[in-house]
Amino acid sequence: MSNILNIARTELKRIFLSPLAWAVLAVVQFIMGFVFINLLVDYANNAGMQPDDSIGVSDYVAGSLYGFATILLLLVMPLMTMRLFAEERKGNTLVLLTSAPVSITEVVLGKFLGLLGFVLAVVLLMAAMPLALHWSTNLDWGRVAAGLLGLFLMMMAFGAAGLFVSSLTREPTIAAVGSFGLLLVVWLLNILAYNDSIPFREVFNYLSLIGHYDSLRRGIFNSADIVYYLLFSGLFLWLTVQRLDMERN
Amino acid sequence: MESEVLIEARALTRRYGPTLAVDGLHLTLRKGEILGLLGPNGAGKSTTMKMLTGNLAPSAGEVLIGGKSLREDAKAAKRALGYLPEQPPVYGELTVDEYLDYCASLHGIARKSRPEAVASAKRDCGLADVSRRLIGNLSKGYQQRVGLAQAIIHRPPVIILDEPTVGLDPIQIREIRALIAALGRNHSVILSSHILPEIQAVCSRVMIINRGRAVYNEPVAAVKSAAFGAIAAVFRQLPDARTLETLAGVRRVLALGEGRYRIEVDGNADPREAIAGAAVDGGWGLLELRAEAQTLEEIFVELTSRDAALAEAA
Repeated sequence: MSNILNIARTELKRIFLSPLAWAVLAVVQFIMGFVFINLLVDYANNAGMQPDDSIGVSDYVAGSLYGFATILLLLVMPLMTMRLFAEERKGNTLVLLTSAPVSITEVVLGKFLGLLGFVLAVVLLMAAMPLALHWSTNLDWGRVAAGLLGLFLMMMAFGAAGLFVSSLTREPTIAAVGSFGLLLVVWLLNILAYNDSIPFREVFNYLSLIGHYDSLRRGIFNSADIVYYLLFSGLFLWLTVQRLDMERN
Repeated sequence: MESEVLIEARALTRRYGPTLAVDGLHLTLRKGEILGLLGPNGAGKSTTMKMLTGNLAPSAGEVLIGGKSLREDAKAAKRALGYLPEQPPVYGELTVDEYLDYCASLHGIARKSRPEAVASAKRDCGLADVSRRLIGNLSKGYQQRVGLAQAIIHRPPVIILDEPTVGLDPIQIREIRALIAALGRNHSVILSSHILPEIQAVCSRVMIINRGRAVYNEPVAAVKSAAFGAIAAVFRQLPDARTLETLAGVRRVLALGEGRYRIEVDGNADPREAIAGAAVDGGWGLLELRAEAQTLEEIFVELTSRDAALAEAA
């Protein structure tokens, strides 16, 4: 366990020592802020149009803003995961970990945990925007929290898949393109579900990354969705361990 | 008394597809030995080292480090191991201190004793002045030293170094050699190198690998004291080479011109004293008299090129 934490700590440090993490955070925050203000102006203009107040500001924040965030994060997470193993392999630094008395599982979990530190930073920045409204309006914090939890789980799944793709190659850029492709395909699996002629379309709909976020975004905490993201991450972490173990043979 | 065996490799074999990189290699290293691995490029040195450090699984055979199998009890075996690969595995964005602290933690050194471990590794590798510099900004030689510091930070009983002096300046090379010799007193070191004098200067035993097989495995002392087969001599005026052949122990004399002679000797005979005496008595003007011991280089060339010639003939 202490091995995992040591690796995670150094990994997180290395993520934030690179300008990439700061650039990604800055760009994501700028775009999200832009969308956020747009949504607020939209909400202010429409205020009073609906007599029963059926759509509140929390719907705008947790629903539209975080819904938009998923697309942005789909683009951005492969950039954060691409270096994890590919760069270590390219710089011949992977040997440090493989000849140290730590198991491959510990290495993979350590790196993943370090990445989750970055994910947490993104989630905190996402939470900052509705927090700014806290003093001026009543927010449904439960709903916002469900949306943030969904974002965290989704990024965790993105991260696990990206970690796996990064372990396949020694070129970070190829890892980024590859994991972006993989995520997009899993994301778009639900397109198949719209087509009636495809067999098992319910299965495809269920496997899609996006569907499970929708209920969380609406503030519905369904443990099946949580388990889906955990299983998805677990699967790719396991594949990463297998892949790195294969490399010794 | 024989000291304890720290590394034992039994019938180590590694295939890359149809290519046989290492073929049934046996290797035993005792405490306090420094083993030099020699071999032409592509002979299987790095593959052997990767297998010894658990970075590559052998196709057949087994590695025991301090009695622990690298396959069955990898963690325990690796704990006794320090490894510097061909390229030092350093993170350019960390400072020397941060990096070494991380390495110490990976090797399970407790938080309290880490600063001491880092400090002593830096002292040994001459890194004290660059503690706070980013590794990426250091020169190749310093990065190599950081890599070496990483390999010895946990004071492992077994240290494996893949070409440790590549990219260093002559003074650094001397320092690193002195360091390796010092480490060799308490640890076992395996060292690969292309530089033959380096092996001769540092190692206590030499293993020459060619085409994945160990073709030579002798103590360095054996190279130094190897019986010589010929004497090189230079005389200012030798009336007749045949007078030399009458001396006891001389088998044949070859005149090489300009007063140079190559004197082949019988078995273990050493006629140098007799030659000197005869030269003084006859007033031949002896300028040079030297036993032609077989150097490591000659052994190396003989063993590695003979095999190549055989392979070509086959």
